[in-house]
Amino acid sequence: MTAVAAPVVKKKERGGAWLSLLAWVVGLLFVLPVVWMVLTSFHSEANAATNPPSVFAPLTLEGYREFFSGGASPWPPLLNSLTASVLSTALVLVLAIPAAYALSIKPVQKWSDVLFFFLSTKMLPVVAGLLPLYLFAQNAGLLDNIWLLIIFYTSMNLPIAVWMMRSFLSEVPVEMLEAAQMDGANLIKTLRSVIAPVVTPGIAATALICFIFSWNELLFARVLTATVAETAPVFLTAFVTSQGLFLAQLCAAAFVVSLPVLVAGFAAQDKLVQGLSLGSVK
Amino acid sequence: MTSVAEKSRVGTEGPPPSGAARRTSAWARRAPLMPALIFMIVVTQLPFVATLVISFMNWNAYYPDEVGFAGFDNFVRVFTDVNMRDAVWTTILLTVGVVLISLVLGLGIALLLDRKFRGRGAVRTMMIAPFLVVPVAAALIWKHALYNPEYGLFNGALTWIWGLFGSDNPPQPDWISNMPLWAVIFSLVWQWTPFMMLILLAGLQGRPLDVIEAARIDGANNWQIFYSMTLPHLRQYLELGALLGSIYIVQNFDAVFTITSGGLGTANLPYTIYQIFYQAHDYGRASAAAVIVVIGTIIIATFALRTVSSLFKQEAGR
Repeated sequence: MTAVAAPVVKKKERGGAWLSLLAWVVGLLFVLPVVWMVLTSFHSEANAATNPPSVFAPLTLEGYREFFSGGASPWPPLLNSLTASVLSTALVLVLAIPAAYALSIKPVQKWSDVLFFFLSTKMLPVVAGLLPLYLFAQNAGLLDNIWLLIIFYTSMNLPIAVWMMRSFLSEVPVEMLEAAQMDGANLIKTLRSVIAPVVTPGIAATALICFIFSWNELLFARVLTATVAETAPVFLTAFVTSQGLFLAQLCAAAFVVSLPVLVAGFAAQDKLVQGLSLGSVK
Repeated sequence: MTSVAEKSRVGTEGPPPSGAARRTSAWARRAPLMPALIFMIVVTQLPFVATLVISFMNWNAYYPDEVGFAGFDNFVRVFTDVNMRDAVWTTILLTVGVVLISLVLGLGIALLLDRKFRGRGAVRTMMIAPFLVVPVAAALIWKHALYNPEYGLFNGALTWIWGLFGSDNPPQPDWISNMPLWAVIFSLVWQWTPFMMLILLAGLQGRPLDVIEAARIDGANNWQIFYSMTLPHLRQYLELGALLGSIYIVQNFDAVFTITSGGLGTANLPYTIYQIFYQAHDYGRASAAAVIVVIGTIIIATFALRTVSSLFKQEAGR
């Protein structure tokens, strides 16, 4: 038996090794632009813009120094992005968790219609609502106000969060809920001792994904903010046009602005698929 | 395993009480849902009603004295506008191009990662990285650090490779000017392939392995197993990836705005509407265009929702 199987296994192993190598090459190709961004951000401007590229040029923090203290300070936009993302994420969770509860654990009638209403708002092109929101903000004196972005980002992420939270809540075993009810546990106690332990990782993943989407948003931030409430992505787009030889600085800026998303994304890595597929893939 | 929906929990409750008690209990059930529902209706549906109203008005911020009712004029102008027609076509090309290419690449990479090998976790992490770069930052990096004809990495690599063979005359194409739409498509494919890969990988890992093993014992080769077992199993994941990818890429603004500023025939619908509104300040025309986009989206979304809905029912019935 083993004597017959051995050559087959060997051939399979060799084919497998090639496929593994291919996987590594593809992975490296995909991560290359990110690595290149980070590497270039640590080069001097002169070394950043050479042809062929100076891969082994000495490393320097010049680009970062120039980014943080060269021209307009990036701190206000970074703080604005942080405020808008964190507060809108908190608001999303406050609204989405009870809604998801009413769509899964104690479902309302026609709960699937409600669920699809939430999804359908995600398909409505955001540009269609841009103008009225702009005019409203102009008349209400809310232009260049971070709260308007917070409200808008909440509406942008709420459908995603409802779908995600519903999928996480539906993982709570029915038997445990029934058992808690038999024992006479009230709603608060059931929530705390039965539901919370199961869904806490789900809440964390939902929060991280909402944070990422808010942090990334450009179109609304660009139209609705100016100098006061400007967010980091808007700052990035304006940053380029005003600079000369800037590649190292640009890479430093792109990396700094992307860093929170990279951290949040890798933290949510295990639940990323479930979140991005609105809870339909686990 | 995967599940698009779990079994309904309606049965876990006792027999429905009647009359007033039932109404109270129905409202108690609805109460937690209401804040989210009302919030969504106010923030997403009301603005659209406003857009609808404005689309029938003659309203340009540069001519504040001429605001008034315009009938279907804005719609006529949108339909006869060559730029709008080009924008529709560009949007279709961009969306279909990015979704198809990233689905195919994502499928290939998911198959590669669905095997055990040394460093599989590391490769998976590397694959996810592009999706976790802020879209504007990614677009800027592609434009300046990769595509730039003088010092971009692509032309730099060409110089280096040609140099290896002793040639000092490497091709140095101006990527963005030569193929503007493809330049945008490639940068988006780079960002969206990881997304497709993750969904398809999850699908692959939910395959019934015992059945595949049985088929292998019965003498089915790799291609047969892939074509008649893996692919049908992945169908719903492919559809889901295509649907979600389309929802996001149809609305893409960041890449078009950053890489080409909508020039060289890359202006898609979001960018064009942004321009009519933000630069031309023609509120009536921008609204009419938005209404047309919404109607188009509703038609497409109805099909898309039907797909999700059928997945939903199919799984719920399990």
